[in-house]
Amino acid sequence: MAKIFAVTIILIAIASAIPIVMHMWPMPQDISTHGYLIDEQYTDTMWEAGLSFLASQFLLAFFIWKFSSPKPGDKIKSFPGGAKGLVIAAFLLVGTECLALGVFGVKAWASVYFTAPSANALPVQVQAGQFAFYFRYPGPDGTFGPLHPDKISEANANFFGLDTTNDPDSKDDIVTAEMAIPVNREIHLLMHAKDVGHSFYVPELRVQQDFVPGLDVTLHFTATKIGKYEIVCTQLCGLGHYNMKAYLEVMSQEDYDAWIKQQAALQ
Amino acid sequence: MHDMSTHAVPHGAPTSFIRKHVFSIDHKVIGKQYYALALVAALVGMFLSWLMRIHLGWGSFAIPGLHLLSKNGAPGDVMTPEYYLQLMTMHGTIMVFFVLTTAPFAAFGNFFLPIQTGAEDMPFPHFNMMSFWVTFTAFLPIVASFFVSDGPTLGGWTQYAPLSAIGSAGGPGEGWGVILWATSICLFCIGQLLGSLNFITTTLDMRCKGMSLMRLPLTAWAWFITSVMGLTAFAVLMPACILLILDHVAGTSFFVASNLVINDQMLPHSGGSTLLWQHLFWFFGHPEVYIAIVPGLGIVSHILITNMRRPMLSHRVLIYSMGALAALSYMVYGHHMFVSGMNPVSSLAFSFPTLVITIPSTIVVLIWLGSLYGSKLRINSASLFSLGFVSMFISGGVSGFFLAQPSIDIMLHATYFVVGHFHLVMGVAAMFGIFAGTYFWFPKMTGRMMNETLGKVHFVMSFIGAYCIFMPFHYLGIAGNVRRYQAFTDDYLIPLIPVHKFITIAALFTGLAQLIFLYNLIHSRFWGKMAPNDNPWEGTSLEWSTATPPPHNNFGDKMPVVYHDPYQYSVEGASADYVMQTSTEQLKNTDEEK
Amino acid sequence: MATTVHEPPKIARRLPSEGSGNGGWRNLAPASGDLRRVKDSSPPPASTGIWVGLAAITMSFAAFTSAMIVRQGTAPLVHITLPPILYLNTLLIIASSITLELSRKQIAAFMGGMRDKDHSAVPSRWLYVTLFLGLLFVAGQTLAWIQLKSQGIGLATNISYSFFYVLTVAHALHVFGGLGGLIRVIGKVHNSVLRRSTLDATSRYWHFMGALWVYLLLLLWMKL
Repeated sequence: MAKIFAVTIILIAIASAIPIVMHMWPMPQDISTHGYLIDEQYTDTMWEAGLSFLASQFLLAFFIWKFSSPKPGDKIKSFPGGAKGLVIAAFLLVGTECLALGVFGVKAWASVYFTAPSANALPVQVQAGQFAFYFRYPGPDGTFGPLHPDKISEANANFFGLDTTNDPDSKDDIVTAEMAIPVNREIHLLMHAKDVGHSFYVPELRVQQDFVPGLDVTLHFTATKIGKYEIVCTQLCGLGHYNMKAYLEVMSQEDYDAWIKQQAALQ
Repeated sequence: MHDMSTHAVPHGAPTSFIRKHVFSIDHKVIGKQYYALALVAALVGMFLSWLMRIHLGWGSFAIPGLHLLSKNGAPGDVMTPEYYLQLMTMHGTIMVFFVLTTAPFAAFGNFFLPIQTGAEDMPFPHFNMMSFWVTFTAFLPIVASFFVSDGPTLGGWTQYAPLSAIGSAGGPGEGWGVILWATSICLFCIGQLLGSLNFITTTLDMRCKGMSLMRLPLTAWAWFITSVMGLTAFAVLMPACILLILDHVAGTSFFVASNLVINDQMLPHSGGSTLLWQHLFWFFGHPEVYIAIVPGLGIVSHILITNMRRPMLSHRVLIYSMGALAALSYMVYGHHMFVSGMNPVSSLAFSFPTLVITIPSTIVVLIWLGSLYGSKLRINSASLFSLGFVSMFISGGVSGFFLAQPSIDIMLHATYFVVGHFHLVMGVAAMFGIFAGTYFWFPKMTGRMMNETLGKVHFVMSFIGAYCIFMPFHYLGIAGNVRRYQAFTDDYLIPLIPVHKFITIAALFTGLAQLIFLYNLIHSRFWGKMAPNDNPWEGTSLEWSTATPPPHNNFGDKMPVVYHDPYQYSVEGASADYVMQTSTEQLKNTDEEK
Repeated sequence: MATTVHEPPKIARRLPSEGSGNGGWRNLAPASGDLRRVKDSSPPPASTGIWVGLAAITMSFAAFTSAMIVRQGTAPLVHITLPPILYLNTLLIIASSITLELSRKQIAAFMGGMRDKDHSAVPSRWLYVTLFLGLLFVAGQTLAWIQLKSQGIGLATNISYSFFYVLTVAHALHVFGGLGGLIRVIGKVHNSVLRRSTLDATSRYWHFMGALWVYLLLLLWMKL
């Protein structure tokens, strides 16, 4: 029984590693300017975690195999170095690993959160509400009109609660159900929650950020590859949570200009 | 004059059925009652997981009879999206609270802590009885919520605000469902506080002659450390739930910000803080998961030592590591909130202790592995589940390493990677700890042995099955599969559905294995082979020195006197390969702790 | 008229050299086997127990406090005026702690065999005074809530009042527990079965309630 168990552990450990090593379900491609830092961090961690995982499972299996059939005269042996050696090993190996990952990880995190958006970033507002994302572009005047929550009406497609009659800045705002952005242009995303908690996740863009009702948070990023991607909600927001998504289209600058003109005409 | 001041309330053995088996102040009965509650809860929770998994693999499948459970939730036996979330919420709540906090800690702890410390009972036996009955009562609102018209709450066991606080405007189950949930949790907190009170005072004040703190077995230490965590963590959850209930019934806005609009209506609340709920909840929530695992660390260590016929390389290091895990668990809670919108500097601040907590976890695993080396390992159901725990704890711990880093968490937060991680440590490892404890202590609790063959079948099926379920969760998460989705309609998720089908089959297979365990448990209880003697595993700690099952006051008319450390196995020059704690044999060649 | 002799209450004091079974002996060297003497006595469970209970209560009020602080981090809390009767109530609860200590010392001396020549019965007068002051405190708090209600102010009026009510009501509920404990002690005194540890534990709880109130008052006064 013990030997079968030991072999099972080894087989399971190897089987667990195969999908990772063979990239069977890889992380979606990175289309962002900052994502490489996250991916490096991830790869480093996978090496360390993967090797630790395999080594410890193999050691467990090996010890089970070796020490489960004691013969009558066998004496108990102590692991060389004893507890002290293992504690020191844990502190040194794991401690340095953790410190390294922690310290280097600051860079990846800082690239997302501790840098300010550049002055010519394109501002886009996204509003999350049960169960859809809506986007707003500031239009030619470059400013967003104020939001009036009491004027929100899904029935009249006034998703943001804009008062285009009385607020001049709102007159040229462009509201869409899809997010389109020009490639290689920094985007300054302003995130507003209409009702409950939601989250904005685009795996390819290497961004995920919760919306906080009552607190408008912002994000900035640059997409580097033209294509159609999905923005999905990742914070449980009710029964429609699974379906709450919007398309993100990364376009060439010309295509984007044409698109925004088209959207403006539809307002 | 007889010194009465420090005795546990000396109580004579009860005679009526009610006093013996229902409202009993005997810690052993209370322990068994907790075990029974956990067993029922586990079966309910497992059944819910089957429903969830079937729906995830085959979304339009009509599960026969489901409409009987809820005609609104499953018209034509096909689960609605909200019903999936409701079942998921109940699954999480029932498993985390009523199984993982109850079985390893309250069930085994209540039964064995007083015995292992050499006490007649806990010092506040009436509070102890209350703790079980309050916990049992806490289960009732959860069950009741299945039967209210709107169904149970659907906000996940984490109940994030504002969804959880705004009432039925948020969706089905968000009115009465949340109130019932929060009431249940408040009651549960009270039960836990009463239990922790007894555990702490038993460990500190009720030890028998010769039983110093360092002579306590690792299980006693694990239960003691867990009870300190429970005391402090549940004392924070209860205020949080009270504030949540007030937001529902009293019109307050602790958790609901101003100017929110739902269904084109402005919500009447103003001035609350969304993140406040998360801070309060996770301050409790992170220690809670250590409450779920630390007893398992103690139980597994205890069982492995007995089956390796040698003590761990260092008794103290294990105790200090468990203590370090407990202490650090309060400092890491923000790692659940890395992308929550809290200050990103706080996220970094929380990530460092989270990474550091890897150190005591690693030490524990290394000590286990190092102690296996050169041991005389005995293989039986209890030791198999203990070794399985080690494997699962390694796997789950390793995946935690990714989640501890905020930058990686950007990709993995709220994906199946997280679900895989916590199921490996809580859903599998902690459960394995419960199984190991059951197989190990069954003879002491009932006088009979569990069937070893069935135990081994249970183990092999569960070990392989659990890996087949939860390893793929990590791959799904890396691919970006978001959690808490009742169906996968996004373009990038549709290709992953076959993986979900595989997982569902593995889950049903593993579920079957648990039914084998259930059969074994019940059959052995009444018709199992009688235990050969009071100490079938040749153990050293106090539970093995007393009768089987132990008498009402645990040790009969003679309280034990302890002369030895808890794990004197394979001692050079001793008369046998184990020396019980109560043995008066003098030992040379040992480095006894104290 | 015959004098009635009252037996002193059966108060057991912990004598380290005595005791048997649980709670009495811990690490005193047994007759044979490995011996090392670490401690020779440990506190009575009621004593440890009350610290455990107070730790839990501390954590709960810490949670409420941090709720206020976190909430204040998002937006300033509206200023409110505390009903003046709260200050009177504060004096009442402080006074009750003083009278409780007087009572405790008196009963302890009585247990020790020193009897005041005027008292052949267990001195419980100060206990009653404490209980009375405690009841007055609760009545005073209730009056504060009634006063606010008459001004149309309730739990949901604004976030500051929400916190005000939650903190004062939670405290008052715990004070009720303390009143229950005092009544229990009085009952045991009269039946001559009071243990010293019960008296001490109950007193500790009551003093904690007083200290907690002073803390809450300061918190409310500073933050709101």
